[in-house]
Amino acid sequence: MVSASRARRFGSWYYAEHSLRVMNSYRWVLLANSVGSPVVYLFAMGIGLATLVDQNDGGAFGGVSYLAFLAPALVMSAAVMTAATEFTYPVMDGFKWRRVYYGPHASPLGVHQIVNGHILAVSIRLTAGSAAYFGITALFGAAPSAWGWLSVPIAVSCGLAFGLPLMAYAASIREDKGQFALVMRFIVTPLFLFSGTFFPLESLPGYLRWIGWISPLWHGTEVGRTLSYGYSQPAWLIITHMAFLAGLAGVGWILAQRAYQRRFSG
Amino acid sequence: MRAAANGQPVISAQDLRKCYGDFAAVDGLSFEVQAGESFGLLGPNGAGKSTTMRMIGGVSQRTSGTLAVMGLDPDDHGPEVRAHLGVVPQQDNLDEELKVRDNLVVYGRYFGLPLSYLRPKADELLEFAQLSDKANAKVDSLSGGMKRRLTIARALINEPRMLLLDEPTTGLDPQARHILWDRLFRLKESGVTLILTTHHMDEAEQLCDRLIVVDKGRIMAEGSPAELIRRYSTREVLELRFGSQRNTTAVDELRGIGDRIEALPDRVLIYARDGEAALEEATLRGLHPVTSLVRRSSLEDVFLRLTGRSLVD
Repeated sequence: MVSASRARRFGSWYYAEHSLRVMNSYRWVLLANSVGSPVVYLFAMGIGLATLVDQNDGGAFGGVSYLAFLAPALVMSAAVMTAATEFTYPVMDGFKWRRVYYGPHASPLGVHQIVNGHILAVSIRLTAGSAAYFGITALFGAAPSAWGWLSVPIAVSCGLAFGLPLMAYAASIREDKGQFALVMRFIVTPLFLFSGTFFPLESLPGYLRWIGWISPLWHGTEVGRTLSYGYSQPAWLIITHMAFLAGLAGVGWILAQRAYQRRFSG
Repeated sequence: MRAAANGQPVISAQDLRKCYGDFAAVDGLSFEVQAGESFGLLGPNGAGKSTTMRMIGGVSQRTSGTLAVMGLDPDDHGPEVRAHLGVVPQQDNLDEELKVRDNLVVYGRYFGLPLSYLRPKADELLEFAQLSDKANAKVDSLSGGMKRRLTIARALINEPRMLLLDEPTTGLDPQARHILWDRLFRLKESGVTLILTTHHMDEAEQLCDRLIVVDKGRIMAEGSPAELIRRYSTREVLELRFGSQRNTTAVDELRGIGDRIEALPDRVLIYARDGEAALEEATLRGLHPVTSLVRRSSLEDVFLRLTGRSLVD
């Protein structure tokens, strides 16, 4: 009955299955979060703030309402925030706090499958969360284009581009001295504010724009805007944005694999 | 299902070494374990027991030496070896966010087992671990002994041929230990090969057919508990207490009684074939200990003789 060859083939999926079951055990919190958070943001920023912004000068946002301008950025940043949580604390939990990684590590699974399984489960969560977020923005009338739903996979890659390098970092931490809180406060939050989320990146002075350029959130948001309301930019730029996300995720994935191998053998 | 009884050892280790930089955690261990045997690795903290266990499962690569587990090299065939192993680690690593029963089902999936097999199997194992009424409880509501039993149940989900137990009862109260020993004994009866590390000598005496005493990565002695006691200790031990001031001076007056005398700060131990006779002799010499005790020699005496009494941390 026991099959090492099935474990070799489907091990990553088995690990993902385990993670998804854990997520399922607090599904109501996740659901409330993925519906509640967009609704709150859309009402506060997209409707409250938007009334003020749209009265002044809608021109700054390429001729669309502030709500339509903001919505793709919110979808992307929600994915980044989720990834920032899922690739930090659970990693520490796996190696140190409750050592949950060491169970599967003693099974036929290989280390690379634990990494891939973790990523797979988070990707599934990101897909579901981004789809829900996008659906709600559509209900608010904030995604006029027919291609808007394609921003869901972009949001997932945006989350992975930010999350996978973080995962590699998290696997290298042996002692929790509040590093994750620092990451949230001094990396995630500034990116959220300076990645062209609430205003176009061009409205920032030149010496601050680089924050956007290195931020996966800005690249994801730019593509999201094109998909969601037809924000126009040259094709090569769109490809560059997507290549940046894929590249960052790819480098993060390689680093995470290495960090896990090192951690398990040490 | 069991390893063929063709006399092939299920574990065969030759000159096994594991180094971390200059430090050799395991320094040339050679041993064999036969199918169905219950084999113990005894040793103080840091002796290399857990590292040896990790090498058997192929989760830690050896530095040199040869190792075959069920005929395979675990460094090359880790998944194939681990598919037939059950591992009970020193520290529990159950998923506390899942229910008791789900911990078993989820773990079984790692062995490529289908849910249709795992659901009844999980119930059967919960019964074996005396946890049936906790099936739907969260793991963090369990006591230490229950968690340990659940970890053992989890290690059995794949019907392993070999169970690796790393200090299975450390930190448990006597009741919980005895329940656990009973369960392990049943497994042994059903033909599962048990490999366990422990520093509880009574546990080794209860469970092990054969054991090696390991210290600083090397084998100090090998044999059955009874053989080791015969070889490294006497049949009986007389323990005398003269009060901490008098113990050392009393040793001089006791010289010649029994086979060996050991003076400890709190008592004097006389290793002798006949403890009562040794006590009589001491009394004849005019010595009047505050308390005296004659007991059978135990594995603990062997262990302390071989690995010393100084503290290892």
